[in-house]
Amino acid sequence: MKKRVLSATMTSLVALAMLIAGCSSTSTTQAPAEQPKTETPAPATEPAKTGPKQLIVGRGADTKGLDPITQTDGETFKVTENIMDTLIGFADGSTELAPSLAEKWEVTPDGLVYTLKLRSGVKFHDGTDFNAEAVKYNFERWSDKSHPQHSPEGFEYYISQFGGYKGDANHVIKSVEAVDPTTVKFTLTRPLAPFLANLAMSPFAIGSPEALKKDVKKFNEHPIGTGPFKFVEWKRNDTITLEKNPDYWSPGYPKLDKLVFKVIPENTARLTALASGEIDLMDGLNTDDIPAVKDNKDLQLFLRPTNNIGYIGFNVEKKPLDNPKVREAIAYAINKPEIVTAFFDGVGEPAVNPMPKTMWGHNNDIKDREFNLDKAKQLLAEAGHPNGFKIKFWAMPVPRPYMPEGVKIAEAIQQDLKKIGVDAEIVTMEWATYLEKTRLGEQEMFMLGWTGDNGDPDNFLAVLLDKNSIGSNNYTRWANDEASQLMMKAQSTPDQAEREKLYKQVQEIIFKDVPMVPLAHSTPALAGKANIVDYNPHPKGSESLEKVDFK
Amino acid sequence: MALLAYSIRRILMLIPVLVGMSIIVFSIIRAIPGDPALTILGEKATPQAIADIREALGLNNPWYIQYFDYMKDILSGNLGESLQTNAPISDEILPYLAATTELTIVSMLIAVFIGVNAGILSAWKQNSWFDYCAMLIALVGVSMPIFWLGLMEQWVFAQELKWLPSVGRDDSRNPVEAITHFYILDTMIAGQWDQLWEVIKHLILPGIALGTIPMAIIARITRSSMLEVMRADYVRTARAKGLTQFWVVYKHALKNAMIPVLTVIGLQTGLLLGGAVLTETIFGWPGVGRYIVTAIGNRDYPVIQSGILVIATIFVLINLLVDLLYAYIDPRIKYR
Repeated sequence: MKKRVLSATMTSLVALAMLIAGCSSTSTTQAPAEQPKTETPAPATEPAKTGPKQLIVGRGADTKGLDPITQTDGETFKVTENIMDTLIGFADGSTELAPSLAEKWEVTPDGLVYTLKLRSGVKFHDGTDFNAEAVKYNFERWSDKSHPQHSPEGFEYYISQFGGYKGDANHVIKSVEAVDPTTVKFTLTRPLAPFLANLAMSPFAIGSPEALKKDVKKFNEHPIGTGPFKFVEWKRNDTITLEKNPDYWSPGYPKLDKLVFKVIPENTARLTALASGEIDLMDGLNTDDIPAVKDNKDLQLFLRPTNNIGYIGFNVEKKPLDNPKVREAIAYAINKPEIVTAFFDGVGEPAVNPMPKTMWGHNNDIKDREFNLDKAKQLLAEAGHPNGFKIKFWAMPVPRPYMPEGVKIAEAIQQDLKKIGVDAEIVTMEWATYLEKTRLGEQEMFMLGWTGDNGDPDNFLAVLLDKNSIGSNNYTRWANDEASQLMMKAQSTPDQAEREKLYKQVQEIIFKDVPMVPLAHSTPALAGKANIVDYNPHPKGSESLEKVDFK
Repeated sequence: MALLAYSIRRILMLIPVLVGMSIIVFSIIRAIPGDPALTILGEKATPQAIADIREALGLNNPWYIQYFDYMKDILSGNLGESLQTNAPISDEILPYLAATTELTIVSMLIAVFIGVNAGILSAWKQNSWFDYCAMLIALVGVSMPIFWLGLMEQWVFAQELKWLPSVGRDDSRNPVEAITHFYILDTMIAGQWDQLWEVIKHLILPGIALGTIPMAIIARITRSSMLEVMRADYVRTARAKGLTQFWVVYKHALKNAMIPVLTVIGLQTGLLLGGAVLTETIFGWPGVGRYIVTAIGNRDYPVIQSGILVIATIFVLINLLVDLLYAYIDPRIKYR
């Protein structure tokens, strides 16, 4: 290995030396051409280097589209949240609701009518007014399939959060009225407890009706909202550039003049770019690289508050996993603390329930099963598999914040399973195929995870384990009537204390029946220049950067 | 005249090749698991919406109808629309192609310049320490994983020495305004010489990473080809006339030794154009390789299909060019 490093470095050096020789001749030949042109270009480039405050954010993948309602992808929201505002926002770094375009709101005691008081004097980037009519327009566009600006491909998040479109049996928004320019009234068909939290989700950001009417396709390339930054340019797979909105409604913000999102797919390369000053902030830091960031005095480490769950799931429709005893046996054979120490490098903690410990409603009374191979063997024997069995274990091919090294974690679990006689064959495949096949239920034992959208337990428990979510995100295909009923009841109960009780019961049922083994909640790591201030990573995975500044 | 006839024959031969290629690409894509309608709609698709979109995309037609529809579009210059962005692929692919082409040209310049000269010198000074070193380096170069080389380059030259930028095509703090999407040209057109220098600096590390393998191959082929030519009678004659070694090597021997080298250069250029995915990933280069790989992840059929077809066509065209050059340099070839 050492020899190889040496020879490689030598090759690079030789190549570079030859190249520099070649390059210097290029620059000398250009020198004469440079003289007559100097007057024009020089002033144009000079201020760009010293003047405006720019923040370059490095990330792993490009945005798919900039019309947030058409997207479900986190990379999209990282950008759109800076361009468009939602009616209700989240407090810095937490999932507590906060005023945004709506300054205050009232709910009737039956939980059916929400009245929102909007901020006045706010303008969209195209100069048109933001008001109750604009809010109404956006909701009509999303909810009404016959609306001219409704997308033929549909709005996934709208369906999932509001029970379908206008006319569908489960659709929850009966009407949206513009009472006066600064008052908007939502009437629901049934109480929906997470309604306000839903309004705060990134896809429900309010866009300029004028811009949408003009060309809805173009809106996806060039969004127009009320946010702290205006869209400037999108070089696909490379950069998205935004500039300061000088008329932003929050006085004194944004602090930055320019914001650039740059795609650098490789985590290590992104860190190099940060260390060499080409970018200022990055997400997707490898957990292995955390010590290097801590040791570098030019850099600082940010930890995103946890809002996710990485889990080992069982397809309960497949034998022998249809037997809860078998599932429990495997749960006893998974050494969570060990895995978290080995693979999460201090940025994760073992999970007990399928929702983050920081979220309200988390059942802290449940005591997790300890790693116990004897107990596991005993349960297997009781289930009629004293000699174990063979099973396919699907491992994630890509790193995700909730599962940094899928295959390696699977291998660690495989070793322990072998000790109880369970012969797990690790299966992996390309990511899109993996998701598709697990959705269709082709897997046996598998690993996956989830990052929360809106700070509501419903967004974890119901999404992952409600029987109505089979075919979408309930990959375990666990259909427990009791749990589903409790979750349904919790969804339509306005009182939070009551909901909390219901969700705790649901977690007990889940723990007992083991459709999945919650593995870990991670705190995703980010890195930035040491002089960045007021950057607060938000638990939902993306945030507006209006407050970020340089020391 | 014979050259013209040869050229025409050679160009006509492209037709079956391109048709065959389009069939292969078309069928491979249909073999990828996963329903594109589902992928577009995402996890919460309703059966009705899936049916609608399948109909709109023509996915319900028999495959040969889909193929003929596709070919009709291609022949009229329509590469289709991306499912992801709804933009025409022919517009969308241009910046990516330009980015990859620019990188490929630079890599090949590096590879050819260093590779050919190293090969010549090795042959000239056969069995000297230079020869041994160069061939050892070439051996390492061929077997070096691009991934590792790229990360090492970034670590040494960007992070530690801070000589060169590690990622991207330009300085994001002072971005290049795209005109032709070839940034070297664009900065020259705009007269932004400091930006031109930035663009060149951004090309160096990925250029070396991508150029290393072809450089090594070219060096080895040049060396063996030169050795063969140097033993030929006419070279001995040239020496006997009293010409200097330099003159003999660069004037007389090189032209004949270049024929196999040219083939390798052509093949490698084609390979780089399509196979630069790893380099593009490490260096955050917005090139066509990553464009297609992203499309595969998104099951963006039209982009995968048309993207591969474009790359394959360029590959075939480069081969054609090499063959024609070949016939031009060595007149014997056209009679075969």
